[in-house]
Amino acid sequence: MRLAADLLLLTGAIFCFLGALGLIRMPDIYNRIQAGTKSATLGSIAIIAGVGLLYPEWWSKLLCIIGFLLFTSPVSSSVLARAVYLSGVKPWSKSSRSKLSSSKPGRQQKTLNTQKPLNTQGEES
Amino acid sequence: MTFSLIQQIAVGFIIAALLLGFIRLLIGPDAANRVISADTMSVTVTAALVVFAAYFESALFLDVALVYGAIAFIGVIAIARAIKGDSA
Amino acid sequence: MFNRLNLHHHLFLFTVIFLLWLLLTGSVALDELIVGFFVAVVVSLISAPYITVFEGIRYRPTALISVFTYLVYFSIALVRANFDMARRVLSPSLPISPELLEVETRLESKLGQMLLANSITLTPGTLSVELRHNRILVHWIAAPEGIDLEQATNDIATGFEKHISGFLK
Repeated sequence: MRLAADLLLLTGAIFCFLGALGLIRMPDIYNRIQAGTKSATLGSIAIIAGVGLLYPEWWSKLLCIIGFLLFTSPVSSSVLARAVYLSGVKPWSKSSRSKLSSSKPGRQQKTLNTQKPLNTQGEES
Repeated sequence: MTFSLIQQIAVGFIIAALLLGFIRLLIGPDAANRVISADTMSVTVTAALVVFAAYFESALFLDVALVYGAIAFIGVIAIARAIKGDSA
Repeated sequence: MFNRLNLHHHLFLFTVIFLLWLLLTGSVALDELIVGFFVAVVVSLISAPYITVFEGIRYRPTALISVFTYLVYFSIALVRANFDMARRVLSPSLPISPELLEVETRLESKLGQMLLANSITLTPGTLSVELRHNRILVHWIAAPEGIDLEQATNDIATGFEKHISGFLK
């Protein structure tokens, strides 16, 4: 039990560390959001679960924290990504930076705004 | 509670993660980069507060972690709105 | 005042608040239960007309099974996503080819679409950026060359949708 808790704590901490490393290494804001959110979320959950194994009598409150993190952390990162997207930041691209940033996002923006009618394929449910 | 060696290493990794996040917070070219690093750090700090609770053997820190997470979430949402600016 | 759906709504809200109370207090002593019960009744009665997020829930027994399978599927995806991200961050050459692309969803309720967007954010290499009508704009960290909407939908959203549509419209 003790060893399992230790290992959970260690993996969680390492994931948190990798997320922060991704924050430094990734080339643009979207990738940083990806690296940061995913790793920090699972890392924190693993750490909290590890503490839960050490102190089983805290499980209910720890469950609250885990649920809260699972719910809010993707929301805040999506809201941030949306704000960045709407303020006009183009995603970084490895190969042809200038060409992609001039054509791709513009097309995406246009198709998003056309508001096509609902696909009727899934209506029956 | 005294921490075992593995737990101490884990704490070291958490501190390193916070330091790296802080570096991004300092150098981040614009506000959005700073906010995302602050967001990542706040999630890590929530976990760190739970580790604090284990270290001091006090369930009080769990409430601190919960409230801290809530406030950090609201803060990020508010700043995201500010970044989005006048584009509704 | 209480038609059928409304009653379900009230009961669900009450259950959520009561469970939250139990988890936060962390005890099942009788006085805690009684206070929690009354608080949950009062809060759910007052706030029910204003809370519209729970509209899309399907109230049926099989929904619980769907919730469970969704949670299992989601946990596996979350762990896979992290190993994937760890591999990308640690490899010296940064193997990423990010792109923004669209994904279509069949889910109609706000809660369902939000849950899907959240799931997409936490799964391997994808981040939902914008949600408009039934389309989600996704930032994919390693998008294959020349992928179109249908294929992207299949790769990213369909797996979650299958489980989510079991308990949300």
